[in-house]
Amino acid sequence: MAPGRTVSSFDPRQVRADTPLLTRVVHDRTITYLDSAASSLPPRAVIEAISRYYELRHANVHRGVYQTANEATAVYEGARAAIARFINAPGGANEIVFTKNATESFNLLAKSWGAANLKAGDVVLVTEMEHHANIVPWFQLREVAGIEVRFIPVNDDYRLDLSDIDELMKGVKLVSVTAMSNVLGTINPIKEIAALAHRHGALVAVDAAQSVAHFATDVTDLDVDFFIFSGHKMLGPTGIGVFWTRESILEAMPPFLGGGGMIADVRTDGYTPASGPSRFEAGTPPIAETAGLGAAVLYLEGLGMDAIAEHEHDLTGDALTRLALEFEGRVRVIGPSDLESRGGVISLDVEGVHAHDVAQVLDQFGVCVRPGHHCAKPLMRRFNLSATARASFGPYSLVQDTDVLLEALSHAVTMFG
Amino acid sequence: MSNLEDLYREVILDHYRSPRNRGELASPPAIRVEGFNPLCGDEIVVYLDVQDGVLVDIKLTGHGCSISQSSSSLMSAAVKGKSVEKVRETIATFKQLMTVHQASLDEASAAEPLDLRALGELAALQGVVKFPVRIKCATLAWNTLSQGLDELE
Repeated sequence: MAPGRTVSSFDPRQVRADTPLLTRVVHDRTITYLDSAASSLPPRAVIEAISRYYELRHANVHRGVYQTANEATAVYEGARAAIARFINAPGGANEIVFTKNATESFNLLAKSWGAANLKAGDVVLVTEMEHHANIVPWFQLREVAGIEVRFIPVNDDYRLDLSDIDELMKGVKLVSVTAMSNVLGTINPIKEIAALAHRHGALVAVDAAQSVAHFATDVTDLDVDFFIFSGHKMLGPTGIGVFWTRESILEAMPPFLGGGGMIADVRTDGYTPASGPSRFEAGTPPIAETAGLGAAVLYLEGLGMDAIAEHEHDLTGDALTRLALEFEGRVRVIGPSDLESRGGVISLDVEGVHAHDVAQVLDQFGVCVRPGHHCAKPLMRRFNLSATARASFGPYSLVQDTDVLLEALSHAVTMFG
Repeated sequence: MSNLEDLYREVILDHYRSPRNRGELASPPAIRVEGFNPLCGDEIVVYLDVQDGVLVDIKLTGHGCSISQSSSSLMSAAVKGKSVEKVRETIATFKQLMTVHQASLDEASAAEPLDLRALGELAALQGVVKFPVRIKCATLAWNTLSQGLDELE
């Protein structure tokens, strides 16, 4: 499982060779995968880690005393330790809770911490560029607890408008914000927002689903309080998500889902919840998925997060320049046009062609992009859009992917022109 | 690109670029019905002017992809001026077209072959069945029309 690579040896062609799905041929063309923002493609190391787990070690965790059960537990807890290292959790593995996905992590945040700590009139401050996963749980909490959900607006340059932030911060108990927009590619100044929120006595939650596989994360340095992401957007498997918070906060959070594995004791007159992350991991957890996630962390660390960030930065710059040159305004990028604090998510609005038609034409070229509202309807409304066609990069992306994207886009523009 | 040309036939692109019967009717007396496809955000508003069992006029507004827009335009042209009974028949035939597997369209010996000629220009939408996720785009206007007719009764 040793990655055997250093930062300086990062080679996207090797990552491509490591990723079996990228050899697929669809509609007589080799696949051009530009949908990593929706889900990234696992390298062979991840797929093999899952197979190896099922072939050699499968057993339930935290129960058996036999050899393979111990090994299964070691796989599971090993992934927890790997994640803690990957995001530099100050309290280590004890601060990492495994969930089903980032959405469940947000529900854990709202329904456990939120329900216990927020009362009528308290404000949760989100932004107009949030994914529905960081909006709907707060509206649900508003229904039962009477909290207020407030939105930081987004400027015409697709960045957060923080000009009125001191006013917006009044009554705020939690600022919950995305590290990187899944529509715009905008990277938000999390460290600054965290410092500001703390000055106002509020805690900070971060939706890192789009950022965690694309640039280095250090929750200790960011000084945030909650950090949420999913496995399948970081080259890992589906069905597993991560919830991190400081140990002091985690220990004070009431249980979320009840059942086996999350208890210290159960009697006929009640129960005592377990301490630590187990308290939030009721039932048999996604064990094979942690095997895959642990392998994904090792793989990403082997590539080097800074090298990945630099590579995707270059790809994004090249794509933005060529889109502007080749289509002369017929293809509009919905997101920052400058490369500063911007990731490899490129939402396109093609004049006179609906995003679904764009994606349909692109599919015939083997190009995978995502059409639609990207689970960010408040943001789409803000920019008066019903849908965009979104292309997004991963560590295996190459300039050749952009070549095919542009070829297919030209076809779409001509066809509907 | 043969599949793609099957989906985006010239008739479809023509109705997308120059949609027929765009606009609104005063409501009341016209019936106004909204249709919505939450998956892709397509929206349609259908206005129906029915007098003595005849769909005298139909107007459409809204936005969506070429399939939903051309399907609504083609629909308006196909049903305008027809009796409500005939409109319902056309809706049923069109929805059958959208559920028929491509193989049975090709099979001359299919149990109940669809009379594509009876569908006229609407038959241009038959390529949609090869693209299952787009069927909802094509049927949005028809379901909305059907809902409007139900409100009449």
